[in-house]
Amino acid sequence: MSFSGLHQMLAYPFMVHALAAGAIVAVMASITGWFMVLRRETFAGHTLSAMSFPGASAALLAGVPLAAGYFGFCALGALLIAAGSRTAGRRNPSQESAVIGAVQAAALALGFLFLSLYGGVLVDLESLLFGSFLGITADQVWTLAAITVGVLAFFAIAGRPLLYTSVDELAASARGVRVRVLQVAFLVVLGLAVAATAQITGVLLVFALLVAPAAGAQQLTARIPLSIALSVLFALAIVWIGLTLAYFGNYSVGFYVSTLAFALYVVCRGGRKLLPA
Amino acid sequence: MFAHEFIRNALLAGTPIAVASGAIGYFVVLRSQVFAADALSHVAFTGALAAAAAGIDLRVGLFAATIFVAALLAALGGRARVDDVTIGVVFVWVLGLGVLFLDIFSRGSHGGNGIVASRTLFGSIFGLGPRQAWLAAAIGVAVIAALLLIARPLLFATVDPQMAAARGVRVTLLGFLFLVLLGIDAAEATQAVGALLLLGLIAAPAGAAHKLTARPYFGLALSSLFAVASVWLGIVAAYVIPSLPPSTAILGVASSIYAAAFVIPLVSRQSPQAPWSTTSWSETS
Repeated sequence: MSFSGLHQMLAYPFMVHALAAGAIVAVMASITGWFMVLRRETFAGHTLSAMSFPGASAALLAGVPLAAGYFGFCALGALLIAAGSRTAGRRNPSQESAVIGAVQAAALALGFLFLSLYGGVLVDLESLLFGSFLGITADQVWTLAAITVGVLAFFAIAGRPLLYTSVDELAASARGVRVRVLQVAFLVVLGLAVAATAQITGVLLVFALLVAPAAGAQQLTARIPLSIALSVLFALAIVWIGLTLAYFGNYSVGFYVSTLAFALYVVCRGGRKLLPA
Repeated sequence: MFAHEFIRNALLAGTPIAVASGAIGYFVVLRSQVFAADALSHVAFTGALAAAAAGIDLRVGLFAATIFVAALLAALGGRARVDDVTIGVVFVWVLGLGVLFLDIFSRGSHGGNGIVASRTLFGSIFGLGPRQAWLAAAIGVAVIAALLLIARPLLFATVDPQMAAARGVRVTLLGFLFLVLLGIDAAEATQAVGALLLLGLIAAPAGAAHKLTARPYFGLALSSLFAVASVWLGIVAAYVIPSLPPSTAILGVASSIYAAAFVIPLVSRQSPQAPWSTTSWSETS
């Protein structure tokens, strides 16, 4: 690929939209994902991203707008996980993982039922799961931007107490932080963020951006602002390089983005050993 | 209904798969490894598509991929259990590879890639031939036998890894063997309920059993029983209601059992929670 090739790529409106949408998704997913990784809620994040499948197929079947299905199922999933994952008021790891797994499987089974009732074709399913960056409109870019502002506002308000409960739940609750409310709120925001982006970029891509940049950044530094900034930077790099490779290469953007994300994590894990302790 | 061969095949393959998934699931939940099971089930998808792209038997890809990744996860975890962030990252990449194989496959001369993808993702227990069903049954029985063989030390190593190691139990080796068994079970169950849904057969019956009893062997049996009930009732329901896909019916029953397990302790008032399952021992390991 040459410079003129890059120049030509930017002359296509769909690529400009894709790069803009990708950048917005990268910022939102990497910050949400940073908290998700810190709180060890990766499995919940993956399950919430899987919620968009029954959401989409339910909306198709009922004839309501897709967005209603996505948001409805993601919020429902977040509430179910939050409700089922506590025993005697405390997070219980083995019960939590069972609840999340069961919610995910039940949701996917429902999605399959809706899809077969609808008689739909699987081509839509593939683009839903694996994303197609082509055909993103300027309107969708603006919608994404608005949702991202909302998500960032949540973290601006609740970020500090959320950090406190994530690091030391007992101490935070002793100091009067509303641990339970924050847990539910975070899961709902995670669900909404995923729902908003999944309908435009595909489930796989969102999840790759949620987990890998944050995991890599947290390997490299323990300083919070630096770690968040690194994670945003990593996510931006992954999305833009991935989209460019997909433009010039032969395969789906999902493959490039997830491979880059994996490589980044491996490099960060290896790099930690080289850093002074 | 039992006059139909496809129903007999479904029951023949589905019953051992259910018993194995329920029993393995009991340990999966106890060890908080449901996310690893989830990742392995998606690996099954990638493995099947890789085999499809290479033009070989899907089952070769299924088993090779799940056993390989199970070993990889065990190796990454070392003495501790793999943390969920590592699983998440590995698993994103595996899904990405699945997309790659889907691209390669759909570009080849094969038609109907949507059907392969759909069968892999959602399974087709009614589509099993007699030979596939017998093979599935044999593998299911082998998994159950292997699990029963290691059940006692595995239980010890799960509940108190330090004490077990001090008593000479090979904790790391057991963790590795268990993940490989889980991989084999995932590959097997993919053919019945599909890569996306097999997690339900592992998590839901086991979650219900853990809710209802603290006694390990009773819980193990209960979990298998719930899984078998899910498969049988699901098959019957799907037979009676033609528009209901069998995978959805099986998962529907499993989820209902789990939901009921949440309600029953509330009704019967006394809490049957295990004393050690409410504490966070698995975080301290």
